[in-house]
Amino acid sequence: MSGALTLAGLRKSFGAAEIIRGVDLEIEDGERHAIIGPNGAGKSTLYNLISGRFPPSAGRVHLYDTDITDKKAFDINRLGLTRSFQVTNIFARMSVLDNVRCGCLYALGHRYAWWKLVGRLQDVNEQTASILRDIGLWEKRELPAGLLSYADQRALELGIAIAGGANVILLDEPTAGMSHSEVEQAVSLIRRISEGKTLLIVEHDMGVVFDLADRISVLVYGEIIATGTPSEIRASAAVQEAYLGTGAS
Amino acid sequence: MSTLLGRLTPWIAGAAALIALPHVFSSGFALTLMSQIGLLIVFALAYNMLLGQGGMLSFGHAVYFGLAGYFTVHYLNFIYEEQVPYIPVTLIPLFGGLVGLFFGILIGYVSTRRAGTTFAMISLGFGEMVTALTLVLVAIFNGEDGIQADRVLGEELFGITYGPNIEVYYLIAGWCLVCTLAMFLLTRTPFGRISNAVRDNPERVEFIGYSSQRIRWLAFSLSSFFAGIAGALHAVNIEHVGFEQVSVIQSGLVLFMVYIGGTATFVGPIIGATLLYFLQSTLTGVTEAWVLYLGVLFVGVIMFFPGGLAGLIAMHQPIWRVRARLLAPLLIPYSRFLAALIVCVLGCIGLIEMLYFRSSRLSTETELVIYGVESDPFSAGPWFIFVAAAAIGAFAVRKTYPGAVSAWNTAIADARARPPG
Repeated sequence: MSGALTLAGLRKSFGAAEIIRGVDLEIEDGERHAIIGPNGAGKSTLYNLISGRFPPSAGRVHLYDTDITDKKAFDINRLGLTRSFQVTNIFARMSVLDNVRCGCLYALGHRYAWWKLVGRLQDVNEQTASILRDIGLWEKRELPAGLLSYADQRALELGIAIAGGANVILLDEPTAGMSHSEVEQAVSLIRRISEGKTLLIVEHDMGVVFDLADRISVLVYGEIIATGTPSEIRASAAVQEAYLGTGAS
Repeated sequence: MSTLLGRLTPWIAGAAALIALPHVFSSGFALTLMSQIGLLIVFALAYNMLLGQGGMLSFGHAVYFGLAGYFTVHYLNFIYEEQVPYIPVTLIPLFGGLVGLFFGILIGYVSTRRAGTTFAMISLGFGEMVTALTLVLVAIFNGEDGIQADRVLGEELFGITYGPNIEVYYLIAGWCLVCTLAMFLLTRTPFGRISNAVRDNPERVEFIGYSSQRIRWLAFSLSSFFAGIAGALHAVNIEHVGFEQVSVIQSGLVLFMVYIGGTATFVGPIIGATLLYFLQSTLTGVTEAWVLYLGVLFVGVIMFFPGGLAGLIAMHQPIWRVRARLLAPLLIPYSRFLAALIVCVLGCIGLIEMLYFRSSRLSTETELVIYGVESDPFSAGPWFIFVAAAAIGAFAVRKTYPGAVSAWNTAIADARARPPG
């Protein structure tokens, strides 16, 4: 398989309700791929299936050549897939610096070490510092993460996700609830951090999607109704009808 | 280098204090008290590795403390009978630590599979189970009588025999210092930081490459190791271990110590263990109502100062860091509140003591003395005075509390408005 991430016949039911109803999708290595769709289409559920939060009811997920369908979340992460969350999911009582640092530790090989001091781990501290500067939180590194403003917490959420340097990055509505100028900053940040990596992004802001994505998939009621370049998606009649409605521009 | 010196200062000061204390308080009572506090500090810090650092509320951590104690007294007795390889008593706490570690790994494998309420319930279950076992397996644990041992097994380095209490004090002080330093350093390792991350958000940890279950198990095992060291020190200090040491009561006591001291800071458990054991050993001789006071203190801290005593101190840190003088305006409002609180508490204590005295069968044989004054609980006078004190105190507490809070708010706002320096 050539794709960075391959979904084949993926299904998920919660009780009688089938939320994901047979998704086939191949994300190319190095592309920026956006998933759009109305509320309740199953975008977050799809992320949860890929990242190992829940097991799918049927179908397979491959990360490059590895079948990750039945793997645990931490194993999938160790294989080089990371994700952010739609609802900010940080370590509230720890400092901003420690939040990002925790994201680096496993990937840099320090794992469960209880015999070395974090303050002395040069690789970790350099990477942490560079990410904190990237996400614009270097000045606030000593603050408890729970005290950050909403936009800063979103930035930190992203920082934790990318700290380990994973090759495949899944972002779940990274700009949700941000002001216009904050969105611009976030987009340029996402563009930078996904340079040379594979990015899958769920987003409601169409400006962000069409600006950032190489390809777009449209998810409606648990099925992908179209995949293509931004211009193809814009032109697709099916998408117009099912999702974009009359407001598309 | 100055930063290194700055970081070492608290440890050097602590070591100096441990060395100096027995020269200041040299009575036998004080020595035993300080020895017991020293080992309880180790136990409380170990417990806080679970509660404060790892977010695991255990109701059965005395299991590792007590079992290590039992194994230690047995080992001491076996050494005496020359049935096992000799270990110098100086190093016997390490043996206790390994016993704790062993049971921590074993029981932790089961209990740390779950977090939160389930973990707490499992820990309670194991606590009850082991307590029951110590009473049932008489051949090993000798039932309610427990087991005696003799810690004097001959001369060790520098002619130490651990006969005199002062030698045991220094043994405990040394181990206390080493364990405290080790547990402090542990909080600054990758393990320690991820343990905090699991406490804050176990789910997120799974998406940065960690198994939260593995981290809990590791934290639990390491914590049991230090609890085991404390248990062995207890066995050496008291030369006796009984079912009380594994019981849920002992588990509850360490929970109280850590909570009252404060779970959020490293020093909290040290403050809690010191204060609580000091109160316990001095007050049990004075009043029968000690356990009641302990309960009230615990509830009071939980409800009004959830950060514990260390949390109260830490609240003021941002103020004195900027300038110590900013604390001055707090003095009067705090003193007012404190005075009101003391009047209220003294009144309540008087009432409780009289109630206890009246319900006690010995009441006709002795006199009740409260605050150095003979008080007759069968006449109206003392009741009137104590009720009045409690009521006036309570009223004054309500009146002065907002002043204390607003003084703190003003001070912290002042401190934030100034550039740090």
